[in-house]
Amino acid sequence: MRLAQHMSVASDRVRSTVIEATEFPELSRAYQVMGVPKVVINDRVQFEGALPEHEFLGAVLQAVETI
Amino acid sequence: MYVMPILTPRDEAAVRKEFERIAGPVKLVVFSQELMAPELCQQNEQLVREVAELSDQITVEVLNLAIDRERAETYGVDQVPALVVEGSRDWGIRFYGIPLGYEFSNLIDSIIVASTGEPTLSEDTLASLRALASDVDIKVFSTPT
Repeated sequence: MRLAQHMSVASDRVRSTVIEATEFPELSRAYQVMGVPKVVINDRVQFEGALPEHEFLGAVLQAVETI
Repeated sequence: MYVMPILTPRDEAAVRKEFERIAGPVKLVVFSQELMAPELCQQNEQLVREVAELSDQITVEVLNLAIDRERAETYGVDQVPALVVEGSRDWGIRFYGIPLGYEFSNLIDSIIVASTGEPTLSEDTLASLRALASDVDIKVFSTPT
């Protein structure tokens, strides 16, 4: 999942945290992690598995869309 | 006391090869808190130090989550073990937990991109990210295997 970190470098707006799920069971439970990798963006958009770059970007843009 | 190294000589050789692409100084800021997670924090520190040994561009700073609260707040770190990968500035790259296995290659890649400041993303992606008007927090849950 290198995309998240590269996006962090690309924009001051983006922070990325890789979380080792088994070492953080409470966080994993809170975010209902059933399979990995699981990506959660702004606690609003989430998906499981690796996505190609344009789809990952789509998820990021969806997460910042104003309601 | 002799502590078994985490990285094998083969790992080290592979990482050294990758680190030929490091383009500038990188600081690995480790947050520990022995009372919270003694073994994980120790292992994490050990791994980070072993990785830092493989390039003279990498420095390590170990902070305590309970004592260095202002730094933790600045970095937005509230868990241990945690790791911040900084280049010429803080890009916003964080790891919670020991980055081993699959996450290890992620760590090595993060160090390199933090040093160059040049993400390998398409022009379209870069343009969209430059246009972001609000903050984005990406959490990636992973496991070592």
